[in-house]
Amino acid sequence: MNDPKTGNAAVVEVRDVEKVFRRGSEDIHVLRGANLTVPSGEFLALMGPSGSGKSTLLNLIGGLDHPTRGTVSIAGERIDQLSDRRLAAWRARHVGFVFQLYNLMPVLTAERNVELPLLLTHLSKAERMQHVATALAAVGLSHRAQHYPRQLSGGEQQRVGIARGIVTDPTLLLCDEPTGDLDRKAGDEILDLLHALSSEHGKTIIMVTHDPHASARASRTIYLNKGELTHDPKD
Amino acid sequence: MKFLPLIWSNLRRKKTRTVLTLLSIIVAFVLFGFLSAIRQALLGGVSLEGANRLIVRHKVSIIQLLPMSYKERMERIPGVAMATHQTWFGGIYQDPKNFFMQNPVIPDEFMRIHPEFILPPEQMRAWQRTRTGAVVGRKTAERFNWKVGDKVPIQSSIWSRKDGGFLWEFDIVGIFDGRDKNTDTTPLFFRYDYFDEARSGARGEVGWYSIRIQDSARAAEVAKLVDAEFENSAAETKTEPEGAFVQAWAQQVGDIALITASILGAVFFTILLVTGNTISQSVRERTGELGVLKAIGFTNAAVLGLVMAESCLLSLLGGGIGLAVAWALTSHGDPTGGMLPLFFFPVHDVVLGVLISVAMGLVTGFFPALQAMRLRVADSLRRI
Repeated sequence: MNDPKTGNAAVVEVRDVEKVFRRGSEDIHVLRGANLTVPSGEFLALMGPSGSGKSTLLNLIGGLDHPTRGTVSIAGERIDQLSDRRLAAWRARHVGFVFQLYNLMPVLTAERNVELPLLLTHLSKAERMQHVATALAAVGLSHRAQHYPRQLSGGEQQRVGIARGIVTDPTLLLCDEPTGDLDRKAGDEILDLLHALSSEHGKTIIMVTHDPHASARASRTIYLNKGELTHDPKD
Repeated sequence: MKFLPLIWSNLRRKKTRTVLTLLSIIVAFVLFGFLSAIRQALLGGVSLEGANRLIVRHKVSIIQLLPMSYKERMERIPGVAMATHQTWFGGIYQDPKNFFMQNPVIPDEFMRIHPEFILPPEQMRAWQRTRTGAVVGRKTAERFNWKVGDKVPIQSSIWSRKDGGFLWEFDIVGIFDGRDKNTDTTPLFFRYDYFDEARSGARGEVGWYSIRIQDSARAAEVAKLVDAEFENSAAETKTEPEGAFVQAWAQQVGDIALITASILGAVFFTILLVTGNTISQSVRERTGELGVLKAIGFTNAAVLGLVMAESCLLSLLGGGIGLAVAWALTSHGDPTGGMLPLFFFPVHDVVLGVLISVAMGLVTGFFPALQAMRLRVADSLRRI
């Protein structure tokens, strides 16, 4: 299905999604009938106050969790019905994740961290290293390939995180507060990079953020409030 | 193999903890090697040749003597090919710590029934010619630098000579080798006729008999016939396979197999807890990282495999180093100066050690791996 506004094929289609967590005897409705369509190549910012369900929605789109009700389709494939094992394989092929705290393996070099998702493929070591080199070059860190995370600045670590996210050339890049732990300068560099990945390489990116400055770099911003999606922050 | 750098890196995460755990595993396997060598020395010193040999001893205990006249009666029993005897001499060379076995034997019979001792023919002939002649195993000859032609004084702790002295002199006429590693080349054998004539008492009596049977499959039946032959006599007998006899000898100090198994059981159980705790702690510390691995596509089974592989690598590394150290330390032979002539780390125990280290890795890794496998991705990412 194509997006009616852009005409591009929809990569993400979320339909009537509800997510209920049970805490003791109480049901907590985190998402209430969320609907979202993200066309291919879009850089979407997802904003909302803490506890509004942003990360939960991102987890559902990324196949890290199952919705209580509703459907989630990515590139035409229903993922809400996949088993955990098939979902893991699906994530390996289709999604790249970028986390707020980078979540790099401290015991591995930048190069080895970026290689991690490729360990699940059938590529040879030489092919894996070639992909890693390309991803590190894309984020401008070829010269830091042999450095450990503790030897890199926060911004550089996040670049390695992005390189890990794109090394398999996924359908979708999901970023959870990617600039949340960085100063303004480093944050801007990361936003520049994400923008370039979307505009120059056609990557579809969904970014959860609290920061209006960050969301301003996205091509579209939507808001989550009390489990409901709107296009207006005041709703 | 492509996951090895990841597994290895995780082990290097807390170097001190890994090294300490590794050291405890190494110590456990060195101990395993030593106890295996001790058990081998005490219980395993019987070559395959012993399968068709039976030992006939006094029914009461191995220190009670048997009459010399039993030999002919034994050889008349159906199934018995030949019989010969030995007697415990209990001698000391220069110093009590210089312990090794010396037994009086009848040379021809003894060498025929013990083909595992290799003696050059000319030395055998010299032994037959020399009444005070003795042959000694290569290990003891090298230990005391004895050569053919040497006169060796040995002080018996049991047998006095007719002149009241306990010092016996023997002429070394031959040095024998063992046919294989399991053959004990520490004993000294001398002529029974010289011994019997010179000793002050118990003439015509011997320590025990070795009998060669015609068919090893009929060993139990022949043993019963031998014991029946001497039933209700002044010296009733107990006939058993050579292996059982050697083990009974060693069991005088206790149930060796049970003692070693108990010690090793306690050691490995402790190591199991130590290693299990290390891996478990390591998994708990990495909850977030495991969540990231799952997020990028590692399946539950892959995460389970990674943790199990980490625990197996740690255990195999420690076990391998420990077994190698034990092998190196035991390869110098008997550390007691003669009490444990067949002290070596048997290859089958090395293989057993490797299997134990794999099993230990699997057991210690199983529960932490299960814990890692069951982590929900969204939950574990929240814990970062």
